[in-house]
Amino acid sequence: MRHTAMATMSLLDDFILRALAAGVAVAVVAGPLGSFIVWRRMAYFGDTLAHSSLLGITLGFLLGIGFNLAVLTVCAAVALLLAVLQRQRRVATDTLLGILAHSALALGLVAVTFTSGLRLDLMGYLFGDILAITDRDLPWVYGGGGLALLGIMAIWRPLLCLTIDEELARVEGVPVVWVSIAQMLLVAVVIAVAMKIVGILLITALLIIPAATARRLAASPEQMALLASLFGSMAVVGGLFASLQWDTPAGPSIVVTAAALFIATNCVPSRTYRPAHMP
Amino acid sequence: MIAWMAASARGVMQRQRPADRPLLEAHDLNVHINGRSIVSGVDLAIFPGQITTLIGPNGAGKTTLVRALLGLIPVRSGKVIRASSLSIGYMPQRLRIDTIVPLSVKRFLTLNNRASLTDARRALAEVGAAHVERAPVQVISGGEFQRVLLARALLRRPEMLVLDEPAQGVDEAGQGELYKLIARLRALYGCAVLMISQDLHLVMEAADSVVCLNHHVCCTGKPEAVSRHPEYRKLFGAVRPRGLAVYTHHHDHAHNLHGGVVPLDGDAAHGDGDDVAAR
Repeated sequence: MRHTAMATMSLLDDFILRALAAGVAVAVVAGPLGSFIVWRRMAYFGDTLAHSSLLGITLGFLLGIGFNLAVLTVCAAVALLLAVLQRQRRVATDTLLGILAHSALALGLVAVTFTSGLRLDLMGYLFGDILAITDRDLPWVYGGGGLALLGIMAIWRPLLCLTIDEELARVEGVPVVWVSIAQMLLVAVVIAVAMKIVGILLITALLIIPAATARRLAASPEQMALLASLFGSMAVVGGLFASLQWDTPAGPSIVVTAAALFIATNCVPSRTYRPAHMP
Repeated sequence: MIAWMAASARGVMQRQRPADRPLLEAHDLNVHINGRSIVSGVDLAIFPGQITTLIGPNGAGKTTLVRALLGLIPVRSGKVIRASSLSIGYMPQRLRIDTIVPLSVKRFLTLNNRASLTDARRALAEVGAAHVERAPVQVISGGEFQRVLLARALLRRPEMLVLDEPAQGVDEAGQGELYKLIARLRALYGCAVLMISQDLHLVMEAADSVVCLNHHVCCTGKPEAVSRHPEYRKLFGAVRPRGLAVYTHHHDHAHNLHGGVVPLDGDAAHGDGDDVAAR
């Protein structure tokens, strides 16, 4: 009797630890990338990639390749397609994103029906299942997350320049097209990694809510990115424990916690600049 | 230290450019936007250390021409030749940094160049904006931001400064002062200046040569000569009817109401020395 209780306890510890390890890793990476998504008004772009990841899951199953790899490939393909279509400037970007997001999601949902025998846990993919993270998932989360973090650090300065003003960056010799594409691919990596944790429908929330929360407290771009990672991690930890405490779904609980943090910091008076007293 | 040495090495390099070889040249430049001809048949040369002012009415294609010279928009035909490894400091006409990006003036100045904080402070002092160093870029006034943009362009130790309506958003008294500042900076840094202005009279003393543009180059030369030029007077005469000087000039075309070129018949074209006003 006592034995069973202890075994349950350690099992519990194990999956909670795994969930924490994966969730915090994703939140840390989402901080800087999410900041850029907020700065460059790309929230809908994140959504588009997330929506297309369902197609990736289905394709992964049909082609017999790993889900993670398939999702990453589809996200990267959609990001590149968007980059090409954007250059053509025939249709406004938000319209393009709407077309891509919903076509990819619909295509994914249609394709699911052809995968007979696939008992797709649709809810699991849409809303995430952080508590089902296995030991096999962790290297993927840390490998992909680490890659995305290194990537964003490598392009930090040129990307910040082009965020401030694209033309000024071009005159100053920033390879604008390549840096933009690199950023899109990094977002694709984060989405492929974060999918299991908060799910397709809520990934954008994990990217933008902590960044938006950090804005009021940050005085520099780097501070905002670091604070976003911190708030994201707090949301993961808080949401996970809320989920265990009240038996609520983990992914949505994390997002609710992130939103609560956003509201809480909005009640704190923001930093205001006071000009130096002029003689 | 290394940054300073690199910067001074570049300083030496730019002094070695021969004064009679242009830093930037345009030959028979044609630019179309959305199928409409905006700039046609423009020949232009910017020489080291010279201030060239581009004037012309609203919608004359001044900004389009400058953007084509900078390689920001494709040209339809013609050539832009830039001296090898030409360093350009660009001050765009409109630059708005969204408040979502936490960015101080100090950080904005040192982003994407090797300038130290000391360099940044000196540049700010040179443009007369030392007091905004620690302010977020979004809270300073339009005139202060123009000066900050100018300081940032200077920090790149440019051989050529490109200023698109630097006096925009600056009151009339401040405008004259700003143009004097630009002339002073040219003397200090030894760089060429290409700037766009709406008003020749304000830039008179600051310009070495003036190019009057109305889709094509109407006239070009020293500021005094251009102000007496019939083409100039036709474009601006109604606004500032002063300086009724005698002009003797050779004309090969006139303008219709839309600013388009209307060829003159042979006789008038070659014999219009003193009867321009009668046409």
